[in-house]
Amino acid sequence: MASNVGAAAPPEPRVNQRTQLILTISRVWAWVFLAGLIVFFWISVSYTTDGEVNFLSLRNTMNVLVAITPVLLMGLGQTFVIISGGIDLSVGWVMGLASVVSAYVARDLSAGGLGDAPAIAIAFVVGVLAAMVVGLINGVVIAKLKVPAFIVTLGMSFVARGVALLISGGNVVGGQPGGMRTFGNESLLYYVSGHEQGGLYFLNKPDVAGEALRGLDRIFSWPVVVTAIVVLIAIFILHRTQPGRHTYAVGGNKEASLRAGVPVDKLTIMIFMGSAMTAGIAGVLHTARFSGGSSIAGEPLLLSSIAAVIIGGVSMFGGRGNIMGTVIGALLIAVLITGLVMLNVEPFWQFIVIGVVVILAVLIDQARDLVVGRAESQ
Amino acid sequence: MTQQPFEQSAMEQSMQSAMTIGSGPAPVPDGDPILSVRNMVKRFGGLTAVDDVSLDIYPGEVVGLVGDNGAGKSTLVKCVSGVYHPDAGRVIFEGKQVRFSRPIEARRAGIETIYQDLALAGNLDVAANIFLGRELKNRYLFGVVKSLDNKKMRAESTEVLDSLDIKIPRMQLEIEKLSGGQRQAVAIARAVYWNAQMMIMDEPTNNLGVPEQRKVMQLIGTLKSQGVPVVFISHTLPDVFAATDRIIVMHRGRKVAEVATSETNTTEIVEYMVGARHQPGLDGPTD
Repeated sequence: MASNVGAAAPPEPRVNQRTQLILTISRVWAWVFLAGLIVFFWISVSYTTDGEVNFLSLRNTMNVLVAITPVLLMGLGQTFVIISGGIDLSVGWVMGLASVVSAYVARDLSAGGLGDAPAIAIAFVVGVLAAMVVGLINGVVIAKLKVPAFIVTLGMSFVARGVALLISGGNVVGGQPGGMRTFGNESLLYYVSGHEQGGLYFLNKPDVAGEALRGLDRIFSWPVVVTAIVVLIAIFILHRTQPGRHTYAVGGNKEASLRAGVPVDKLTIMIFMGSAMTAGIAGVLHTARFSGGSSIAGEPLLLSSIAAVIIGGVSMFGGRGNIMGTVIGALLIAVLITGLVMLNVEPFWQFIVIGVVVILAVLIDQARDLVVGRAESQ
Repeated sequence: MTQQPFEQSAMEQSMQSAMTIGSGPAPVPDGDPILSVRNMVKRFGGLTAVDDVSLDIYPGEVVGLVGDNGAGKSTLVKCVSGVYHPDAGRVIFEGKQVRFSRPIEARRAGIETIYQDLALAGNLDVAANIFLGRELKNRYLFGVVKSLDNKKMRAESTEVLDSLDIKIPRMQLEIEKLSGGQRQAVAIARAVYWNAQMMIMDEPTNNLGVPEQRKVMQLIGTLKSQGVPVVFISHTLPDVFAATDRIIVMHRGRKVAEVATSETNTTEIVEYMVGARHQPGLDGPTD
């Protein structure tokens, strides 16, 4: 914190070169770390497999992107929540709830004779709305009844879990229309290599079979496309709109925001509904990818999504962070997991590595605050 | 502009005060008061924090509100600014009786309060704080999509800071990276930008270094010269004497004195503050 006893006339900004360097490092460290990890896995995977496996292959890159979509989606909503000074522990089971609900709707509408496209579209909307009901309850109880977010969302997590399990009877909801599988697994672009049909295909799946099928790569499958769109919308809302600005303000100083006329209660409700919405989208995408609704789909991913947000530099005290940080955080986790798997490291090590990275990320942020604070109080 | 009778009465009053130094009522400026408080009472359980207080604030004057801890100064202004709801009494602002149920209503009407605890979001920059809650927006697609007009907000902020001669190292700096005095200056600039008709400053120089206190005092002078009246609550009597035209003293919830700053001195004010004396015509402490 800047010293209060200082010159009356504000001194010229004295950001010296060393401080500038540290600031730059703290701003880009996650990118650098991510790039370093990719290079490390690229070399080490290639070495341990005698050049057989390429970590940076198109297929593996796309696998990493698909694998990270649910964690990233939940992380996007969570970014808003944590910047505003809250926490949402319910998103894991909310994702499961949305998955189950969307699966039921798609199955029954399709069985009722509705075409795949409208059935899936309605299932998508209903699944996400089911999730948002939980978000609405979270937001209202937190904003109006002043119960801490940690407690409300913990409670609603159990409620969502119970409802999802009751609806599904604890089973996977199958019987999905064929279009569901297509939506979850087909892609925007296709690339065929080493074949007379070789080349890039847009939207149009090339008709290849046999040996050529091995050379077919899906580039940007629909879940990745949907997630990318949500990322862009989240960036716009958080960084370019009034509700986004207010999200930071409430996280920075709730009392000041209230005095300034920020509709804090309404904003809180919107933020928790948004968080449930991104989790709901993740749930519907899960149904699509695996052609079945699963109530337990999101539960193992909750802590990973919070980890992604923290690695991305969002402060748990609120008021600080951005969407790109969360994107990098999610990518980092996906690269770590995929890389360790490809190195044949026992899977349990993933948890240890991610845990260390989370703590490391926060340490770097604290070191930056120390340096920056010192530099600017000079 | 000034009418003869007013001038005369003001002169008479001031002569009267001069003759009976320290005991006469303070002279009032010309024209109508911008704010009148009439017989305000605020109780907290058995405690009467504000006890039948009336006062007038005129355009372009700085009024000091002093008193010991617990004298009821902050409670009184919080009753005016909508934080507390008075149990009795009226507030007349710009000729109309008003009743603010929330601080934001008082702000919208033009009464801005500057607190000692700095009602700014430390993680936002200067312009974001000045426009907090009232952001300027660009509209696209027939007004459906709205985005922040940061460029314009920054330009307007720079303009209002310049008009008050406030210097900020860099507009992009977050508020928490500014000094206490700079932050207080931003809070005042925000009030000015939003067209404050009257400003209440509750211990605005608390927690500030001496040079920064001076900057805030200088800003009070700037506001006065722009015709914005300031109610200045402070424990620092030298500041009160330096900045104000009139001083109102409270003791145990009651107004015990109202004197022209030029016609009193620290000793007298302190005597009023500790309850050792009170002005004729005003009730003293009841016990």
